[in-house]
Amino acid sequence: MNRLWKLIALEFSLEFRQKNALAGTFIYVLATVFVSYLAFRRIVDVPTWNALFWIIMLFAAVNAVARSFMQEGSGVRLHYYFLASPLGVVFSRILYNSMLLLSIGLISLGAFHVFLGGNIQDMPGFLLGLLLGSLGLASILTMTSAIASRAGNSPTLMAILSFPVLIPFLMVLIRYSKNAIDGIAWTVNGSYALVMAALTGLVYALTYILFPYLWRD
Amino acid sequence: MIKHWWKVLCALLLSYTVVAGFLGEVPALPILNESIRNLYFHVTMWFSMMILFIISLVYSIRNLGNPTFENDTIALESAKIGMLFGVLGLLTGMVWAKFTWGAWWVNDVKLNGAAATMLVYSAYFLLRGSLEDPEKKGRISGVYSVFAFVMMLVFIMVLPRMADSLHPGDGGNPGFNSYDLDKNLRKVFYPAIIGWSLLGVWLMNIGYRMKKLQANKYQK
Repeated sequence: MNRLWKLIALEFSLEFRQKNALAGTFIYVLATVFVSYLAFRRIVDVPTWNALFWIIMLFAAVNAVARSFMQEGSGVRLHYYFLASPLGVVFSRILYNSMLLLSIGLISLGAFHVFLGGNIQDMPGFLLGLLLGSLGLASILTMTSAIASRAGNSPTLMAILSFPVLIPFLMVLIRYSKNAIDGIAWTVNGSYALVMAALTGLVYALTYILFPYLWRD
Repeated sequence: MIKHWWKVLCALLLSYTVVAGFLGEVPALPILNESIRNLYFHVTMWFSMMILFIISLVYSIRNLGNPTFENDTIALESAKIGMLFGVLGLLTGMVWAKFTWGAWWVNDVKLNGAAATMLVYSAYFLLRGSLEDPEKKGRISGVYSVFAFVMMLVFIMVLPRMADSLHPGDGGNPGFNSYDLDKNLRKVFYPAIIGWSLLGVWLMNIGYRMKKLQANKYQK
């Protein structure tokens, strides 16, 4: 556990060493929301607002997480290989990416309220959705980015590999967050949150089993 | 000859499916009319596809533990033939949908699930194509196929139960079992499932043997 925290701290210090990349991700989100504002002005329709929010979030997430295994050269990998267990490496990345996506989501939520307007009836429910969504997206994308990085690192490959796998999770997530915006009772919407948590748990289990095969060379 | 009994069985069952499928008794139902015969050609495609994808999954897992040419090639070939059956299932389903629901494509969880499954396996073939080293190719794409297949299983098995579907047995629609999968339909439907699945395994077997011959040729 102690080692896991050390690895997460390492992720943070590596990321803050390249402030450009991190800032780039945030500016990407803000610029996309601003372009949507110029195109839409105000969005009153709930399904449109919700769909646009998650599509922007999806593309920002793919871009942000794609970097997590792409930037390291073989030297860095060898270094990790001797210092840490493969599972420590992958789970520290998943947790780091979850925090990254959560902050992207919060920034994007703020920008949406400023530019496009927003009328979320059940704010705690929506924020819980953002948290569960970040955890789920981060876990799936970390795994697919590890696979893509073994196959020549092309960003197209990353998108092609991850989108079909993301579809089931995204469908539940979009349904849940639409219900939260509409203020539908937790007794109805809670089951979607449970499905998301269960799917994320499933991805963690698959990562635990499968990642060691990706790691050795 | 003893070894090939299942190929003979496959040919017999499929001849029976085609003859009895087009000429046999079917219940006269509104809207469906004669298109109910598509049951033998559309629904059976999905059964065969699932069987082939499960074979692919099993050999992918075996290939992770014990990477051999045999495990990897069978995993690849059964995914290919499974994909073929999936495309045929989509096409027969689209024709059926046009005549009963009025559109080539409707927004339905099962259709979306099928489309996503096709996308996953396209990505799998693309991933294989972008790796050079055969051992690495088998291992990395095996990891992806196990990962993606389990997620797809959730998509196909769990999510449709949370949403309505136009398909029989969902969303208040009566299932085939309850009123129209009668004695006559069953007599052709079950043999058809076995026949098409055997054909899939046969095609996969031919693909595997071709790959093996090619590999032997290059080794010499």
